[in-house]
Amino acid sequence: MSASAKTLIVIGAAILVLLFIAGSVYVVSETNQVVITQFGEPIGGAVTKPGLHFKTPFIQKANYFEKRWLEWEGDPNQIPTKDKKYIWVYTYCRWRISDPLVFFQRVQDERGAHSRIDDVVDGETRNAIGKFDLIELVRTSNREFEISEESALLDYSEVKNKIQTGRDHIAKIILENGSKITPTFGIELKDVKIKRVNYVDEVQKKVFDRMIAERQRIASKYRSEGDGKSAEIRGQKERELKRIQSEAYKKAQEIKGKADAEATRIYAQAYSVDPEFYQFLKTLETYRASLAQQTWLLLSTDSEFLKYLRSSEIR
Amino acid sequence: MSQEFPQFEIRMPKMPKIPKGSIRIGIIVLVILILAIGSAYQVAQDEMGVILRFGKFVRTSDPGLRFKLPLGIEKVTKVLVQRQLKLEFGFRTTRAGIKSEYQITPEVAQEAVMLTGDLNVVVLEWIVQYKIKEPYKYLFKMRDADNTFRDMNEAVVRRVVGDSSVDEVLTVGRARLANEAKEELQKLCDLYEIGLDVSQLIFQDVNPPDTVKPSFNDVNESLQEKERKINEAWAEYNNEIPKATGEAEQAIRSAEGYATERVNNALGDANRFTSIYREYAKAPQVTRKRLYLETLNDILPKISKKIFTDDKLKNVIPLLNLGEEVKK
Repeated sequence: MSASAKTLIVIGAAILVLLFIAGSVYVVSETNQVVITQFGEPIGGAVTKPGLHFKTPFIQKANYFEKRWLEWEGDPNQIPTKDKKYIWVYTYCRWRISDPLVFFQRVQDERGAHSRIDDVVDGETRNAIGKFDLIELVRTSNREFEISEESALLDYSEVKNKIQTGRDHIAKIILENGSKITPTFGIELKDVKIKRVNYVDEVQKKVFDRMIAERQRIASKYRSEGDGKSAEIRGQKERELKRIQSEAYKKAQEIKGKADAEATRIYAQAYSVDPEFYQFLKTLETYRASLAQQTWLLLSTDSEFLKYLRSSEIR
Repeated sequence: MSQEFPQFEIRMPKMPKIPKGSIRIGIIVLVILILAIGSAYQVAQDEMGVILRFGKFVRTSDPGLRFKLPLGIEKVTKVLVQRQLKLEFGFRTTRAGIKSEYQITPEVAQEAVMLTGDLNVVVLEWIVQYKIKEPYKYLFKMRDADNTFRDMNEAVVRRVVGDSSVDEVLTVGRARLANEAKEELQKLCDLYEIGLDVSQLIFQDVNPPDTVKPSFNDVNESLQEKERKINEAWAEYNNEIPKATGEAEQAIRSAEGYATERVNNALGDANRFTSIYREYAKAPQVTRKRLYLETLNDILPKISKKIFTDDKLKNVIPLLNLGEEVKK
């Protein structure tokens, strides 16, 4: 055998060995699981342990599936609640291929799975939401709101102690109902969540109107409170003013009265010595004060002053 | 690999005259080099290496120059474990800087719109800061962990806000709600085995929807108006009361002045009278006359219109033209 022929044989053998190895070895990663099929027929259970694995080369085929939790988002749906409010509901869930064998047989791949989950979860969402009032979807508990000065004015009776089920529980109902069906596709659901709840436009408009009305009520309350309070302060001021002024008047009058009394006493004491003389003096004083230049004075010659005009006799 | 070596050795005789020994050395060096390059890798200071051997997780590696088995036996995935990661909701920072730029597309804006527990609507923008705590879980438990985390955020924040009134979300409850959301988000992370650690969840802008905003602003305005009115009233109060108090004081002081004056005058008058009387008592008749005449003496010259009448002169009066005299 020539050297080159020898070489060819060695090369051929090497390629064969390589192919054989490549065909019989497969790697399962941490994120994967594998179903071995032989001419399309599944052989044995799913291989979930990561690492190197062996199969019969050429005849058997390794089909890879995700082992991790996978994403799914609900189709945003306009759904009427039990109290006939139209809302958009966005849900999401996480799911995984729990039984790759069943999964492979029933839905083939992730796309197939998505369409099944769409059917199941969207349907269950629709069912569940139609059975509850909107408030049940929004709230989780009946916790009391913290009341601030502003919110004290608002009427919460519509939303107070209304819920019996709550958002979390509705999501759980969807999950539970969905989970009854999905195992038939080899799928396990994990935690369906209601991500967003939004009003449809018409409802939203009404809600905005209500919010505006509520705020207007608060604003007008503040305004009238301002008016009331300032009027109260002005009233208080008036009262204070009247008190101060009247007290001062009272005190002043008392002081004056006392002084008048004192003066009266002093005068009386002095003048009572000779009341007639006092009258005489005071009268003279009054003459001086009251008889001015323009006064007409009609004097009779009978008067004491003019009697000497008639005669100088001593009478 | 082992199969390839003979091929080279077989071809070697055909090659031009290069000494066999040196070629062998060259090949060995080359192989070592390839293996070295394939087995050495670097982990940056904020990363952690996760090593899989034939797809199976075997170990993690810390920052620095590290080695693994080459030729695809071991594969390394690097995860940013030290880096503080951030997600934004309701807005996106397009360029961070001294003055960062933000962008809000309609789709992004929808992230922030949510219902409150009293069935109102509020627009809440928030950010969440987190770290990859367990790279193993982050990589191998959940596909697309980042997107999942985003969904979780939206669900959790809405759940918390859905259990609060619009006033709580806007004012009093902000910090509490953010904290509650953070706690719940962490719980959910643990439930999902997503391997993330939530460091902080912060509410940024919290606003009523644009349509409703003016009426919320009006509430603030009315509050200020109220305060202004009250302040004005107090200002008036504080202005007028001290003034009135002063005036009252003044009135009292002046009454006191009056009192002093009145009493002193009385005393003066009385004393004067007493003095005069003392002298008068000594010669009453004469003094009386004197006082009378002195007074007349003072008065009469000043009076221009004097008419003397006598019972016996009866016809003077008819001649007196009073009218004309008065006219002057």
